[in-house]
Amino acid sequence: MAITTDTPTDERASATDEGQTPRKQRRSAANVWFGVIAWVVGIAFFFPVFWMVLTSFKTEADAYTPTPKLFFQPTLEQYEGVFSSGLGPYIANSVAATVLSTIFVLLLGVPAAFALSLRPVKKTSDVLFFFISTKMLPVVAAIVPIYVVVNQIGMLDNIWTLIILYTGMNLPIAVWMMRSFFLEVPGELLEQASIDGAPLWRTLREIVLPIISPGIFATALICVIFAWNEFFFAVNLTAANAGTVPVFLVGFITSEGLYWAQLSAAATIAALPVVLAGWVAQNKLVQGLSFGAVK
Amino acid sequence: MIDRAEGWRRRAPLLPALVFTIIVTQIPFILTLFYSLQSWNLVRPGSQEFVWFANYVDVFTDSQFRQVAINTVVMTLGSVLIAVVLGLLLALLLNRQFVGRGVVRTLLITPFLITPVAAALLWRTVLLDPTLGLVNFVLSPFGASGTEWISQFPLASVMAALVWQWTPFMMLLLLAGLQSQPSDQLEAARVDGASAWSVFRELTLPHLRRFIELGVVLGTIYLVNTFDTVYMMTQGGPGVASANLPFYIYQRAFLGFDIGQSAAMGVVVVIITLIAASFALRLLFRSFSGEEELT
Repeated sequence: MAITTDTPTDERASATDEGQTPRKQRRSAANVWFGVIAWVVGIAFFFPVFWMVLTSFKTEADAYTPTPKLFFQPTLEQYEGVFSSGLGPYIANSVAATVLSTIFVLLLGVPAAFALSLRPVKKTSDVLFFFISTKMLPVVAAIVPIYVVVNQIGMLDNIWTLIILYTGMNLPIAVWMMRSFFLEVPGELLEQASIDGAPLWRTLREIVLPIISPGIFATALICVIFAWNEFFFAVNLTAANAGTVPVFLVGFITSEGLYWAQLSAAATIAALPVVLAGWVAQNKLVQGLSFGAVK
Repeated sequence: MIDRAEGWRRRAPLLPALVFTIIVTQIPFILTLFYSLQSWNLVRPGSQEFVWFANYVDVFTDSQFRQVAINTVVMTLGSVLIAVVLGLLLALLLNRQFVGRGVVRTLLITPFLITPVAAALLWRTVLLDPTLGLVNFVLSPFGASGTEWISQFPLASVMAALVWQWTPFMMLLLLAGLQSQPSDQLEAARVDGASAWSVFRELTLPHLRRFIELGVVLGTIYLVNTFDTVYMMTQGGPGVASANLPFYIYQRAFLGFDIGQSAAMGVVVVIITLIAASFALRLLFRSFSGEEELT
C-alpha cells in the first residue's frame, strides 16, 4: 500500500460546518498542534542538510566563524574548487558503477522474479530463502578473499570490479522486491490470455509489463541509491583510477576543519543524485528496503 | 503436474541470477573459511602456511576483539532501538492530518538518503566540531560549549549520526503500518468512548507489532555492517573505543595485512550473525514470503 500524502479530510472541511460535535472540534484543534510539532521536528531533522548546502555557497572565511552565519554573500567558488581538484573522474566512475550495475540487476533480476512468482519453479521458497540469506552475511567477512582474488587477476582499481560486486549486492533485494510486484498481477488476466491462446511473450509484453513497470522503475531507483552510496568495496578495491565519489570524500578527513565550505560543496554533490532519486521513489523506499514485505 | 521439459523452461529465467549470486556471494565465504586456517601476512611473501585453528585461538584471546564485539552490539542494537522509538513517535505525528504533511515527510526522509560518507563528514566537522560546530552553538546556552563530542563520546557520536540517518526509515515503515490499520475499527473504539491512550495501547500497538519487529530485524541487518560512519567520523578511535567489527577486520586486513587473522574474525562474525539471523530470517520469511504479506 502506498502512503497517502495529504488529502483534504472531511474533518478539516467540516470545521467550517455549523453542526460539528465538540469532539471533532477538539480533534481538529489538536491536529493543528500536532502539525506544528511535526513541522518543527521535520525542520530539525532536515537542518543539518540545509546547513550543508548553505555552507557550500560560503567562502571559507564565512564558513569558519564562531557564530554560525545565516546571511552572507553567496559564491560558487567552492564548487569550482571541488571540480578543479579532480572530482570529475570520480563522478564518472560513480555514474558508470551505478548505472551499469543497475542495468545488470534488472537484466538478471526481472526474469528471476518472474520465475519465482507468476510461473514458479519447484522449490521457489528455498530459492527465495537463499537470496535473502545472502543479505544476512556480513560483507566484511567476504572482503579479504575478494581483495586477494581481485588482486591476483589484476582487477584492482578497475570499475568493472565494482560493477560486478554492486550487481551481486543489489540482485537479492531486487528479486524480492520485483517478485512482490509480479504477485500483484491479477491471475485471471494471465489465465484469460492463455485460454485465448496468446503466446507467453505477448502476454508478458502486453499485459504484465505495463502493470509492473512502475515497480521495475522503483526497484531501479533503490538499486541506484545503494550503489551510489556504497563505500566499503569502493574504498578497499579502488584508488585513483576507478574511485567513486565517496572515495573522493575520504580526502577531506586529513584536511579537517580548514576547508568546511569546500567539503560541504563536495558532500552536496555526492548526496544530490540519491536525494533526488529517493524523493521520487519515497513511496517505494520501504518496499525496497524491506525486501517487498511492506507496501 | 510439471514435466521435465516444462520444469527447465520454468527454471531457465531464474538460473542466470541464481548462478551469478552464488558465485559472487558464496565463493568468497568459502575462501574466507580456507584462509582462516592459514598463517598468511601479505607483507611477508612466502609466509603462507597451514596452521589449523591457531588464528581462532588468537581471535578469542584478543581482548581488543572482545571490546570491539561489545561495541558492535551496543552500536547496532542501541541505534536501532532509539531509531525505532523516535520513528514511532514521528510516524504517529505524520499519521495525523495537517497542512504540508507531504513536505514534512520529504524533509524527514532526507537524512536517510544522504550518502553515509557525506553525512559522517558533516557530523564530524560542521555539526560536532568542539569550537565552531553547530551542536555546541545550539547547546551553548545550556553550558555545553567546548564539549569535544568525537573524542569524549566517540561511540555516542557515531550512534547519533546513525540514529539521525535511520530514524526516517523506521518512521516510513511504521507509518505504512499505521496507515494499514482499518479505520472503522478505530472509529468504533472512539464511538465507544475509549481514550486515545487505550486505543493506542490495545489496538494500534498490537497491530504495529510485526512492523516494529520487521524494523528491528532490518535495521540490525543493515547497521551491523556499518563501516562508512566509523571510518569517516572516528577511525574507530580513540584506541578501539568506537571500532565495530567491520572496521576492526578492515584494520587487520588492510592496515595490518594479516589475511589469516582477519579471515578468522570474519568467520566468527558470520557464525555469530547466522545464529542471530536464523531467528530473524525465520521471522522475516514466515511473515513476508507470500500469503501473509503485510499491506
